[in-house]
Amino acid sequence: MLARVVEAAGIPTITVTMMPELAQKYRSSRVLGVEFPFGHSFGVVGDAEMQTRTLQAALDLLATATKPETRVDLDTVWPGDPKQAYKDWQPSEPSPIVKHNLEAIRKARRDGASHDS
Amino acid sequence: MTVDSYAFLPRAFRPMYEAAPRFDHAPVWADFGKPLADARIGLLSSAGIFLPAEQEPFDVERERREPTWGDPTLRVIPNDVTQSQIDATHLHINTADLLTDMNVALPIDRLNDLADKNVIGSVSPEHFSVMGFQQEGAEVWRTTTGPEIVARCHAVDIDALILAPA
Repeated sequence: MLARVVEAAGIPTITVTMMPELAQKYRSSRVLGVEFPFGHSFGVVGDAEMQTRTLQAALDLLATATKPETRVDLDTVWPGDPKQAYKDWQPSEPSPIVKHNLEAIRKARRDGASHDS
Repeated sequence: MTVDSYAFLPRAFRPMYEAAPRFDHAPVWADFGKPLADARIGLLSSAGIFLPAEQEPFDVERERREPTWGDPTLRVIPNDVTQSQIDATHLHINTADLLTDMNVALPIDRLNDLADKNVIGSVSPEHFSVMGFQQEGAEVWRTTTGPEIVARCHAVDIDALILAPA
């Protein structure tokens, strides 16, 4: 959404995202997809080479894209154990909206169960 | 390779994102009309980064009380910021790594490296930080935070902005 506001004001934008499919649904102008854990758009802690490679890919996309909704995916595999990376990016406790939604699902199940009985 | 948009997403969330419709608004487009080596580039992260010595944290206490609300306000991060000057508030990601090395989410040092090598013309004197969970606050992004970012981009002559949703 912010990319759209900025781009509409005449400033080119590039969105570096773990969810390029979602960015495409927003119809973002230039999308660089990265298969990295959330919160780590540019790479691994302390790995300047990897961070630079991601940033350079974003700049290359800026320089070469000629039409809206251009998507390029970065050809970099997250190093290490993906299961551990999946655990590590998540907060120590579920976010308020996740807790809220889980409670709503449980309530619906309880209500459904009471109607069934 | 084709990036799997759901590779790191909890499985329970996947149907919600997959079912999200494609927006029917027309795409917007601004031409990038100059060589990279002449361009001034800025960064935006939604990882909830702020400067504790001079800025309020993002309001996660209100988010705890109102789970469908996320703080939609802006924090401006100067280009000469150092790692020890930043903190982050975000209830949807673990911020430990970016508090060790901000460049994983907001690669200010890497962008300055590329300016030193003349890959880009210059780095914006300021970058932008928001907090990525937006539901009820999203309208404020569109009406207030977005235009504020635009005004600041124009004021410092940014030629392009790299956005990194956290």
